[in-house]
Amino acid sequence: MSSGIISKGARQLVDELQGGSLEASKVFETYRKRINELTKLNAFITSLEYKPNARKEGSLYGLPLAIKDNISTEGIRTTCASLMLKDYMPPYDATAVAKLKAAGVSILGKTNMDEFGMGSSGENSAFGPTRNPWDIERVPGGSSSGSAVAVSARLSPAALGTDTGGSIRAPASFTGTVGFKPSYGYVSRYGLIAYANSLEQIGVIARTVDDAALIFGVIRGKDRFDSTSTDAKPVSSNTGRLFSGGHFKGALLPQLSDLVSKDVREAFDSSVAKLDSEGIEFAEERVEELELALKSYYVVACCEATTNLARYDGVRYGPVADPSRDWKSAISESRTMFGKEVKARIMLGSYMLSSGYYEEYYLKALYIRRNLKLRLLKLSESYDFIYTPTMPVLPWKIGEMIDDPLQVYLSDALTVIANLTGAPAISIPIALKKGLPVGGQLQGRYGLDDRLLELAATISGLLKFRGEPSI
Amino acid sequence: MIGLEVHVQMVSLKSKLFCACPTDYRGKPPNTNICPICTGLPGALPVLNIKAVEEGLKIALALHAEPSTASYFFRKSYFYPDLPKNFQITQYDKAGGVPLAHDGHYTLKNGKTIRIERIHMEEDPGRIYYEGGRGESRFSLVDYNRSGIALVEIVTSPDFTEPEEAREFLELLQKNLDEIGINVSEYEGSVRCDANISYAGGERVEVKNISGATEVEKALRYESVRQRNMATRGVKVRRETRSWDERRRITISSRSKEVEAEYRYMPEEDLPPVSLNQTIIKNIALNMRGSFEDRYRVCSKYGVGEEAAKRLAGDPALYTLFMSITGANEMDASRVGNVLANEFAFVVKKHNNPSLSGDTSSLENIIRAYIRNGDRSRFISAAHSWVSGIPVRAEEYKPKVDIDTLIDETLEKEMKNIGNLEGKRRLDYLMGQILKVSSQLNRKELYIKLQKKLEGLG
Repeated sequence: MSSGIISKGARQLVDELQGGSLEASKVFETYRKRINELTKLNAFITSLEYKPNARKEGSLYGLPLAIKDNISTEGIRTTCASLMLKDYMPPYDATAVAKLKAAGVSILGKTNMDEFGMGSSGENSAFGPTRNPWDIERVPGGSSSGSAVAVSARLSPAALGTDTGGSIRAPASFTGTVGFKPSYGYVSRYGLIAYANSLEQIGVIARTVDDAALIFGVIRGKDRFDSTSTDAKPVSSNTGRLFSGGHFKGALLPQLSDLVSKDVREAFDSSVAKLDSEGIEFAEERVEELELALKSYYVVACCEATTNLARYDGVRYGPVADPSRDWKSAISESRTMFGKEVKARIMLGSYMLSSGYYEEYYLKALYIRRNLKLRLLKLSESYDFIYTPTMPVLPWKIGEMIDDPLQVYLSDALTVIANLTGAPAISIPIALKKGLPVGGQLQGRYGLDDRLLELAATISGLLKFRGEPSI
Repeated sequence: MIGLEVHVQMVSLKSKLFCACPTDYRGKPPNTNICPICTGLPGALPVLNIKAVEEGLKIALALHAEPSTASYFFRKSYFYPDLPKNFQITQYDKAGGVPLAHDGHYTLKNGKTIRIERIHMEEDPGRIYYEGGRGESRFSLVDYNRSGIALVEIVTSPDFTEPEEAREFLELLQKNLDEIGINVSEYEGSVRCDANISYAGGERVEVKNISGATEVEKALRYESVRQRNMATRGVKVRRETRSWDERRRITISSRSKEVEAEYRYMPEEDLPPVSLNQTIIKNIALNMRGSFEDRYRVCSKYGVGEEAAKRLAGDPALYTLFMSITGANEMDASRVGNVLANEFAFVVKKHNNPSLSGDTSSLENIIRAYIRNGDRSRFISAAHSWVSGIPVRAEEYKPKVDIDTLIDETLEKEMKNIGNLEGKRRLDYLMGQILKVSSQLNRKELYIKLQKKLEGLG
């Protein structure tokens, strides 16, 4: 029975819970037991006991979900995987969490991540690295590492993640799950603890596109607490519509293929061949504006991070400063609590925003970003989607890249594009290589999230990838 | 040379600049007037209080400043314990930013013009308390009740030469702000000021955080004496920041400011730009509760003639009608104003203190029809019925009856019937007959005229 429950996707669970053949507490306890059995994956920072949700009429009643630990949960510690917030208890729920609770969801726990979302591997956590269930010596990808691992290892039917430069899609790709980053503004960021506020979005990691769409349908929409949020039509609940041939056209970006390893390229090329044989048309495009995309991403992200993280000064969060010290040295002392990667990005951002460098770095990055946005918007008039691998490489070994941060930054080259443009993007598992999952990324047109989800469901159906880690 | 940076606390607003917390923080226990947004909790986002922008624009218009075409915000980064996010959300005039308004001016009593460089909005920080006083206290306490209150900063050019001019400017400004509904005088410390002062070629000294007009004059007087004394002794005045000690009546050096402070300004991406189009700005201008001069200026600006503008500005009810009619549609604003001040005012005078609170859109139709077809009598009758609240369509209103003609006609017709009536009975009979024809006549006027006529007949 219990193995039956964990093998069910979110939609199936909801259907059976509503039909009365499953009980909410039973589902929750089954997952909770498995979370406790698999602590070696280090997917959760905080796991919770069952708390019944009174919203029995809610559309997701009884569904347990995992939430990334940078999304505020009232009365549940929210750490951002940082020592600075290790005891921080938010007094309010993020809008996305409030919507899930109102729909009847019970929270399984808060998932591990790269500190404040800064990282692509899941290694930069004050609570230790998250491990990949396909090979526990390898990284699961980040920064939403715990959320992806929880879904992949069946510790949760689905999970909320956040995506600033690929933080949902990268771990989805490395763990063989579906990771969906909605259009910027389609999910309220209220309560999402900011790293780079003009780039990041809350999104979903799930086992299938249909499950991701189900949860996205609940959390989406305009929120009066987030001025950048926008209204959108409700998602079509049935995204598994069968593709009937000949309508879709995808753009390929061969200029990025130098970055892509042989293994990933083989898996990706064979998926293109398969989709082509099923009637999806592909054409190659050269996008000059992509050349500086990764650089402009890191400039914008670091500049925003330096202001967003300025509030952690030891006055209200983090270790209490020694009151006998003067103000400046006391807060400098407090801020040594940040991890290495966080400190590096804060310092880079501070430097690039200083007078004299602002124009040279930040304004240039904004300019590149704007041009890229316009170019890809134009491209999306001729294509339904842009198709690339999600990650250019297979999951690496934990610690392997620790001294080579630039190599890790390079692994974001394919995912940051959608954060710069604000377009929706989704990673779906397409193949296994050397026993490790490879993800394919579909980027859509801004605001056409529903269409992208339908397309992704169709393409998933055509590629017929099936696989679960044996853990 | 003296220049001022005046911070006006927008206590007339109900809520803070970026959250729903109330603005009446004064007298509340520490940290009880707060929420996740104004304490900068992780994940909280600012949401612009659009009323604050409107009030800021009122100030800008009162200072004859030019509003920007859009309003957007920047982050100004500096670490200070009273600043919950360690950046202040403010507006910036460099790096692609614009202030709320720029290039205004203000005239002092002596006729001197003070140029206003820019007007921008920002959030007020919290307050620090030093138990037992600064320097004595082993720790400092922070109260965030004030954090996030909207401030409007007014930056003048260094156009003042005397401390009393700075005081006069602030006094006039406060009076003016009160007049346009931004009640600053009621709240202590709601107008704060930084003053930049330099004498005799010395470098600029900034005196921070002076509260109110009288203190500004005192602080500047002290500083001018201090700087002149230094010059006489041959000591060069260096660029620095000082603070004004109200109790001891001296300025104290707080930090030397040899280099421009590094604020690492960047756009606030959590607040999308708000477009300030001409319609919004004009509606604000028209709805300002201004003085006679303000109202006169608005009328002249829209091309209303001098006499008519005076009449509109001097009659709040007429002015309000002018504002609401032209506010909705600025076409023909000058002609609408002239009709209101002349023909319409003439009609209003015939009624006994009418409320003039009827449906302005139907009055607008009546006025615009008149402007189109020039049919004065139809306009007058329609205006009468609008003022008296009778919903009569313009064409249904009959032209006013001429009393003398009516009397003559009635006499001719009734001559044979009044032969055997005498004196008062004859008068009453004729009154009754005439009023049967037209009931709306002024009875007293009719009585007197009829009496005269009958006397003449003998």
